[in-house]
Amino acid sequence: MINPRPFVVVAGLLLLWQLFVWSSGVPKFLLPPPLAVLQALVSERALLLDHAWITLVEILLGLLGGVLVGAGSALAMALLPALQPWLLPLMILGQTIPVFALAPLLVLWFGYGLASKVAMAVLIIYFPVAVALYDGLARTEPGWLELARTMGANRLRMLWHLRLPAALPSFASGLRIATAAAPIGAIIGEWVGASAGLGYLMLQANGRLQIALMFAALTLLLVMGLALYVLVDRGLVWLMPWAPHSLASPSAYQPRET
Amino acid sequence: MAPSGPADFDILVEQATLQYHGSPLFERLDFSLPAGSWTCLLGPSGVGKSSLLRLIAGLVPAAAGKVRCSDARPLAGRLAWMGQKDDLLPWLDTLGNVLLGARLRGQRPDLARAKALLEQVGLSAQATQLPATLSGGQRQRAALARTLMEDRPVVLMDEPFSSLDAITRTRLQALAARLLAGRTVLLVTHDPLEALRLGDRVQVMAGHPARVEAPICPAGPPPRRLDEPAILVAQGELLARLADAQDLAA
Repeated sequence: MINPRPFVVVAGLLLLWQLFVWSSGVPKFLLPPPLAVLQALVSERALLLDHAWITLVEILLGLLGGVLVGAGSALAMALLPALQPWLLPLMILGQTIPVFALAPLLVLWFGYGLASKVAMAVLIIYFPVAVALYDGLARTEPGWLELARTMGANRLRMLWHLRLPAALPSFASGLRIATAAAPIGAIIGEWVGASAGLGYLMLQANGRLQIALMFAALTLLLVMGLALYVLVDRGLVWLMPWAPHSLASPSAYQPRET
Repeated sequence: MAPSGPADFDILVEQATLQYHGSPLFERLDFSLPAGSWTCLLGPSGVGKSSLLRLIAGLVPAAAGKVRCSDARPLAGRLAWMGQKDDLLPWLDTLGNVLLGARLRGQRPDLARAKALLEQVGLSAQATQLPATLSGGQRQRAALARTLMEDRPVVLMDEPFSSLDAITRTRLQALAARLLAGRTVLLVTHDPLEALRLGDRVQVMAGHPARVEAPICPAGPPPRRLDEPAILVAQGELLARLADAQDLAA
């Protein structure tokens, strides 16, 4: 049940790219043809995979941390409504500071290693997850809540058995956005200060005019990000068979037959 | 353990006042639900029927007055609620939805009884299906089974059958009449025929602030046939009262 259209689109774009390089005669150090990128991917695969592995770990740890902290804040606000007027402005304030601006500071505080990149990813992921889940928790169908009240449910059980499952589709939207944004955090961190990772490799390659290698690293990053998104998306659909699916999955929003 | 079986206490609404966005829906309203009888409440839209139902259910607080039981014990924990929508949770299968009450109270679910109830409402084959795969009538039957699972002496229902087609509605009415026998039931409805078919007492709520008029008591055990002369006479009277109530509201 794989949708062939994205592959057709990608193949078409690659063909256009190759044709452009052939016909325009643009120098290789400005725009290498896709075949050269493929060559770099194959010949430098050991180097690329080493760095990719580090970036992947940063992204995954960031995703895990961001989801845990984000979901924790949303749950805390839902369970203790008195917390909400204090926490929500803080969250919005945190989100309005561009992570780019914070990156040098985070590197200064957390060092050149993994921690500063994970912190960056957590910062980017936290907000969409927390807001989406909180929004979902605040919008439980009123009829369900009334029914639960007449059944004698307490706050905690109502949250666990009713509001949380009801908020999962909303949480899933937040998680999809967070998954798509997670690599940004890791890459910014690597650009600002790192000794490993795909972002670091791209900067190095760029500086040495190894543009094919830079494109190869970019390609790998793209594939990694896409694979992560598809995995998360499919996982969410599998977890919530009752919920309307994401826009990206081919089964969603199919036009009605007339 | 929750009290169960037939109701042996009346419910009395005394001098109740309820406001909606600042204006009173009803003021110093008296209303009663006799033990073990089925009361149907009709009236123009917006007159406050659902609000009265929610007041009795404890979902909204009264601005003044009170709801009490004739045995002086609280009503909370002794009533089951069935709203306008079926309110089935989309992530639980039919059986899971029927067992919702126990789950929300942290009690051990009585699986055998839930299955027996599903059998009674004719949903045994759909026990493991999600609500989205059920028809409107099946969903409402699942909601009825969930209500019965609570096994409360008092059942409050807010137009539970209004979204169903005529035949499905008639069947569900008969099913509900059979399974809810002996309990104190308050059914809010827009359908005069439904009220006459099911109610021991049929009452019209009208006016602003609203009053509940004296009951019409159709003869014979529910569910009644609608072509009996006595029911047809009662229907004429009920329609006249509803028309008056509508004029009052206009």
